[in-house]
Amino acid sequence: MRQEAIEAMTPYMSGIYANPSGSHRFSRIARKAIDEARDDVAEVLGCKVGEVVFTSGGTEGDNAAIFGAVRHSSGVAVCSAAEHHAVLHCVENLKGKIVGVDATGVIDVAELERVLQEAQASNNPTDRVSVVSVMAVNNEVGSISPLRQVAKVVRANAPGAVLHTDAVQATCWQDLREISKLVDVLSVSAHKFGGPKGMGITMQRLGLEIDPLIVGGGQERERRSGTHNVAGIMATAAALRATDSSRDAEVARVTKLRDALVDGVMSEIEDVIETVPRDKRVAGIAHMCIGDCESESVLYLLDEAMICASAASACASGAMEPSHVLSAMGVDKKYSMGALRMSLGHTTSESDIDRAISALVGVVRQLRRNKVKA
Amino acid sequence: MKVLVAMSGGVDSSVAAAELIDQGHEVVGVTMRLWGGESDTGCCSVSDVDDARRVAQQLRIDHLVFNFSDDFDAHVVNPYVEAHRTGTTPNPCIECNRHLKFDRLSQRARLLGFDAVATGHHARIERQPSGVWRVIRGADAAKDQSYVVHMLDQKELAYTLFPVGHLTKAQVRERASELGLRTATKPDSQDVCFISKTGGRETFLGHRIPFRAARVVDESGTELGSVDAVEMVTIGQRRGLRLAGGAPKQFVLDVDVEARTVVVGAETSLQRSELRAERMVWSHEPLPLGSEVMVQTSAHGATQPALIEEVSSDTVLLQWREPQRRTAPGQSVVLYDASDRAVLAGGIVC
Repeated sequence: MRQEAIEAMTPYMSGIYANPSGSHRFSRIARKAIDEARDDVAEVLGCKVGEVVFTSGGTEGDNAAIFGAVRHSSGVAVCSAAEHHAVLHCVENLKGKIVGVDATGVIDVAELERVLQEAQASNNPTDRVSVVSVMAVNNEVGSISPLRQVAKVVRANAPGAVLHTDAVQATCWQDLREISKLVDVLSVSAHKFGGPKGMGITMQRLGLEIDPLIVGGGQERERRSGTHNVAGIMATAAALRATDSSRDAEVARVTKLRDALVDGVMSEIEDVIETVPRDKRVAGIAHMCIGDCESESVLYLLDEAMICASAASACASGAMEPSHVLSAMGVDKKYSMGALRMSLGHTTSESDIDRAISALVGVVRQLRRNKVKA
Repeated sequence: MKVLVAMSGGVDSSVAAAELIDQGHEVVGVTMRLWGGESDTGCCSVSDVDDARRVAQQLRIDHLVFNFSDDFDAHVVNPYVEAHRTGTTPNPCIECNRHLKFDRLSQRARLLGFDAVATGHHARIERQPSGVWRVIRGADAAKDQSYVVHMLDQKELAYTLFPVGHLTKAQVRERASELGLRTATKPDSQDVCFISKTGGRETFLGHRIPFRAARVVDESGTELGSVDAVEMVTIGQRRGLRLAGGAPKQFVLDVDVEARTVVVGAETSLQRSELRAERMVWSHEPLPLGSEVMVQTSAHGATQPALIEEVSSDTVLLQWREPQRRTAPGQSVVLYDASDRAVLAGGIVC
């Protein structure tokens, strides 16, 4: 966690522990704190204060937007094939429509347009599209979605649909003000920008009618019930402020580090592909596919060398699942089996990059050498 | 040594890991994720992975999960279905050992720089004075699993450890209790891990292959009845044939899937003087003609003596000392030495 976030949350875990929905003096102190945090969040998100909803994370935000929209208007949910499972599994659960992606992992806008037009032409109201969910930045490969085009197509062809974006991976690298103005609902997760795990923020347009996922005490203007996690909200707002104020400098710094990492690896070992071109993805994700090497082996040996990386998402058992994103992008199995995602952030330094290059080069050489022996 | 121990979440592999630690090895535990579908019985459920991980935590060793589900489908599940479709009786646990534990996993372990792979099988590995490695029956005769690990060749034998093979099952459980392992009283797995108890084999296969009805005839060809799914019938089977009761009891003598015919008859008609096997794996090298061997045709069946009548690197024809009940094609046959102690070879009955 960012130090600012830890410091912001600490007072609310001991001294100021009151429930902000209460009426006594201590509650009023807690309420003031989250009101101010909400002001800060609204500023960074480029939205009205009343549009900020505190949640338990990106998964809740995604579920709430998709299930909430479909429950409200009983239509169809649509998303891209490369969405995070927090979106994809909602749409699959609702038997919605999945739109293909191109070789960089971003939604095929022409196919989206066709899907929306077909739905619009139907005489059956339940065929109408209730919600379109397209991620701002892909969580595995880092590609940036053409949200402006997506928004244009959705507004023109499905005027009644809610446009949602999972912006979990965008917060550190893109100005959320530019994204939020294109969509009706935007969800982010605090732990992706140095905030606490188990916290998230959703921007939900005022006047937008979707059903709440969690009902109860009516907190967050009836949009998300449950006693406020005051400490979590304070830490989230502090981390978001810090991320936003340092973003431009960080993007420039981390882009250089990421390029040095990928260049360093690719100059030392053969048969490595950079999964998505650099100009089409965010700074913090270095995604490579290593030919004829298995991700599980690479990750194990990297871990031994004290380098923590990932490949795709893990299932409930902890096993790595083959990447649905690479499969949707049409990446050859020879390369997708060797997928490797290294994430960079505000704590990543130049010496980290040197160590990662040297470890990864060593690991891949060892695996290829042992494979020849075996 | 640096040892990778396959931990299924059961008591045997839990104690195997503990034994290796006691012996001073550097141990890492791994659970293979094999079956991606529904299961309530076997090695692949999330709760079994939890058990393996929690035991590893108690033993203070690292625990990994490797996803080999594609290989499991290709080498175990799909051939299992195909065998039933073509009327043979497969043993998927043996194919899992052959292709997953002692091939895919051991290859992975070699790549990662491990010196050996270990499992919780009740069998022992010995190096004979000649330098030849052999699988030896486990110390607990009732739990001996040498039959299901018969396919280990010299290269794999030299790379494999069975740390609980010298213990009885009772001793394994006692050891697990002493260590306070959560798997100490966990029941043994009995069934095929990818087939659920609720649906059974019939539901599993029914979702994957079309069942075909077949005539049930006696040895003279007289029709006695019918079955709905010839793919579910196995040689030696007596129940589930929907035949009229009374003596003599009728056993399945033969299954012809193409002709959709099941031949039934008296148990004595199942007796055979020979057994032919293919896909032989010799743990060292093929035995000479005329060698006497002890032969086991099921996981816990009694062994019987036989002579090698024909032999090649891939096939063998055995002449039983005394006629034996026919073994269904697709089952594994394992040859032991004359003392019935060491595995010499194994193959598939044809």
